[in-house]
Amino acid sequence: MTATKNGILNSKVPEGDLHEIWDLHKNNLRLVNPANKRKFHVLIVGTGLAGASAAASLAELGYNVTIFCIQDSARRAHSIAAQGGINAAKNYVNDGDNVWRLFHDTIKGGDYRSREASVYRLAQVSNNIIDQCVAQGVPFAREYGGLLDNRSFGGAQVSRTFYARGQTGQQLLLGAYSAMMRQVHSGKVKMLPRREMLDLVKIDGKARGLIVRNLVSGQIERYAGDAVLLCTGGYGNVYYLSTMAKNSNGTAVWRCYKRGAMFGNPSFTQIHPTCIPVSGLYQSKLTLMSESLRNDGRVWVSKKKNDKRHPADIPEEERDYFLERRYPSFGNLVPRDVASRNAKYVCDEGRGVGKTGLAVYLDFRDAIAQFGVDTIKARYGNLFAMYEKITAENPYEVPMRIFPAVHFTMGGLWVDYNLSTTIPGLYVLGEANFADHGGNRLGASALMQGLADGYFIIPYTLGDYLAENLHTTKVSTDHEAFETTEKETVDRINRLLAVKGKKTVLDLHRELGQVMWDHVGMSRNREGLEQAIQRIAELREEYWSNVNIPGESATYNKYLEYALRVADYMELGELMARDALDREESCGGHFREEHQTEDGEAVRDDENFSNVSAWEYRGDDKAPLKHAEELDFKFVTPTQRSYK
Amino acid sequence: MSDQKMTIHLKIWKQESENSPGRLVDYTMDDVNPDMSFLEMLDWLNERLMNEGQEPVEFDHDCREGICGSCNLVLDGVAHGPYSATAVCQLHMRKYKDGDTIVIEPWRAKAFPIIKDLVVDREGMDRIMAAGGYISVNTGAAPDANSLPIDKYHSEIAFDYAACIGCGACIAACPNSSASLFTGAKIAQLAHLPQGSPERKRRVVMMVDKMAEEGFGDCSNYAECEAVCPAEISITAIAEMRREYVKALSEIS
Ligand SMILES: Cc1cc2nc3c(=O)[nH]c(=O)nc-3n(C[C@H](O)[C@H](O)[C@H](O)COP(=O)(O)OP(=O)(O)OC[C@H]3O[C@@H](n4cnc5c(N)ncnc54)[C@H](O)[C@@H]3O)c2cc1C
Ligand code: FES
Repeated sequence: MTATKNGILNSKVPEGDLHEIWDLHKNNLRLVNPANKRKFHVLIVGTGLAGASAAASLAELGYNVTIFCIQDSARRAHSIAAQGGINAAKNYVNDGDNVWRLFHDTIKGGDYRSREASVYRLAQVSNNIIDQCVAQGVPFAREYGGLLDNRSFGGAQVSRTFYARGQTGQQLLLGAYSAMMRQVHSGKVKMLPRREMLDLVKIDGKARGLIVRNLVSGQIERYAGDAVLLCTGGYGNVYYLSTMAKNSNGTAVWRCYKRGAMFGNPSFTQIHPTCIPVSGLYQSKLTLMSESLRNDGRVWVSKKKNDKRHPADIPEEERDYFLERRYPSFGNLVPRDVASRNAKYVCDEGRGVGKTGLAVYLDFRDAIAQFGVDTIKARYGNLFAMYEKITAENPYEVPMRIFPAVHFTMGGLWVDYNLSTTIPGLYVLGEANFADHGGNRLGASALMQGLADGYFIIPYTLGDYLAENLHTTKVSTDHEAFETTEKETVDRINRLLAVKGKKTVLDLHRELGQVMWDHVGMSRNREGLEQAIQRIAELREEYWSNVNIPGESATYNKYLEYALRVADYMELGELMARDALDREESCGGHFREEHQTEDGEAVRDDENFSNVSAWEYRGDDKAPLKHAEELDFKFVTPTQRSYK
Repeated sequence: MSDQKMTIHLKIWKQESENSPGRLVDYTMDDVNPDMSFLEMLDWLNERLMNEGQEPVEFDHDCREGICGSCNLVLDGVAHGPYSATAVCQLHMRKYKDGDTIVIEPWRAKAFPIIKDLVVDREGMDRIMAAGGYISVNTGAAPDANSLPIDKYHSEIAFDYAACIGCGACIAACPNSSASLFTGAKIAQLAHLPQGSPERKRRVVMMVDKMAEEGFGDCSNYAECEAVCPAEISITAIAEMRREYVKALSEIS
């Protein structure tokens, strides 16, 4: 069912010229005076870049913050694993970059499915992020002259990516973490480790509290506050295998969706082309290899099906460099979604390599011949070493085997220009919201977004809401809304534990992951999506009648934690399939086979789908209702991407 | 990639909670694939245990890429196991032979109480960081990033120290359970950067004192910490920390 433009989705973007909208908006936002800030209590979930930066910045302003961390330390949040870098429009290299270009590349890279004003603001604050991080002591790469170094990344013709060796996420997170720990020391931030949010408490329609599980004792705890910030990252683990950390999950966003927040573009998933392939059923997660490898590596498979020869025995004329063949002008450097899809196609044809047939070669033979081993080692030494650690193969001698893997979810809870959901008082920051990346995220833009949201946007926009609520009565955790929400959570846990069936959570999660990967993955079609919706419903039934969870709830119990997350994936997966089915076009990472040109390129439908789909929950027994936020392009003109 | 199967004998520390007694429990796995990571081998064991109606083994992990610092296993007495400069999540079973026996224990230190089985409480490390492991700069107050050039030499050294993943292996390996390598790495990182200079004295005193208060021991130069560090933090961090501490005390008093 669809309700278009029904007014629920007010993006709150003010009128004005692109470059002045954010300033105008800031001028109009209400302020909370310092004495009153002390009266407010903000609850934050997740300690990645978005959560840690928001906690630090809000506490510096004088708000009281309680932040919940799923790991034992905030420094372990998933952001720690980001490798490549963070974009900013500094133009330190003098190659013509500016805010407009960063904005334009991000909108275009997202295949024109994001909001102009939000993306422009992201580009505007990008420069402040770099300043802030350097002041915190983040050791970005530098030149001999002592100034900051930049590198280039996919989807851009300028060098605007700041990096810290191959550990940019680690260094940025440690910066935000240290700023937050300073506030822990000052008493403004209370950091609660080993806690998982399991539900949102709403009172009078507003977000007023959380139901949280203490992962050490298993106790269910209640927390009341004046606003809630979800900074819980992406939900890529719905696919079972992904490059996400094992604790990353979708429960927080899903529970809030079920409490009334709209879910934006749930099916928009990024599948990264250069990951280390699956080696067996025991595989627990996938490891990303930086996409910079495609600068020198050539992607190929044999022209013959089921060719079991050693790659060195396959002569040049029998190799198919399929990206170079199909996309002569971009070759191996086509965007992530195009590279991934083409790898899938050759594997579907039976031309995949390695034991499983689910991999393609990324070959450095020619680059080594041209530049010498030393140069290649200097460029990619650490990546080659990591590859060898995992696969026991030496990529200087044998071509790497790579395969696409789920990497990032562009979808997430729908938020307006203030980062507010449709539930007043509930804000979503970072990867958990749907906001800035449209149908496809460019490299080095997620770190930028998480920190923009936390350092430079929420400190302004949250104040506006709190100012309005200065006289709203404080609630206590004895309120009956806490009582009922806690009871629902406890019942859910007990029902799951009581099933005592025959399959492990892992078994059922693997099955769900396979359905998602096959039908809601790189290439989608009506029949497959309809099948997926049905199959997921069956799996969900089986889950609630045949899962086997060990132990009890009132103890440390990792498999119970996991089981609760998978229970939510069993619902979220279906919404993703529904959204993919509904969107009758191909855009960015969302490729519908029905919507392609004769030679297999994506076809967008700007007439009908220049919008964000935002799904409203209406009960477990009813189909969700789709709303659409129309995307009005006033400053850029959408064009069809072509990499031929 | 391998179809080979190995038999591996495991002796794993099981302990219900902080104050209950613990013991090593024997498990034998006869279908270990050499391409499995060490943690995947434990997942595999747990799946079998759950299918047999037994309790799984609890252990900490998250990124499984050697960067988050969550995993913390002592294998045959060595923190993170036999592969140097590698967190245990990055260790693969091909490092072992068919028929091997492996003893798996948690980090052991007074400051790391056991939560369950192989999971320990490492929050003391966070408290050391909160005591001073930062530069006091509020959001929005930063000057242009390039207004302060930093020579590449010092910025590279700062990075080497900043690479610490905060896993606590150094503490687990130290006969004194000292947190000196962990604490020293942060102090040394910030001491090499001009931004860190204004708070230099206060920082080292606060962090070092906090370390002692939390029950971590002193350093007597065993250098076991450096040997097990997955991020290859050099023990010079400790020398730098001591130098900073002595300088700070002499200048403050
Ligand atoms: C391998 C890899 C490499 C990447 N490289 C880059 C790169 O080079 N550049 C770039 O820009 N982006 C990169 N990305 C993407 C980027 O790292 C993430 O999008 C970004 O860090 C997300 O930050 P966040 O703060 O929104 O969420 P996260 O860092 O994911 O933090 C959210 C935290 O909340 C926790 N959480 C979830 N649910 C709950 C709950 N219910 N209760 C409590 N806690 C909860 C999660 O476990 C997680 O630790 C990469 C991603 C991966 C996987
Ligand atoms: S699980 Fe993250 S370092 Fe091992």
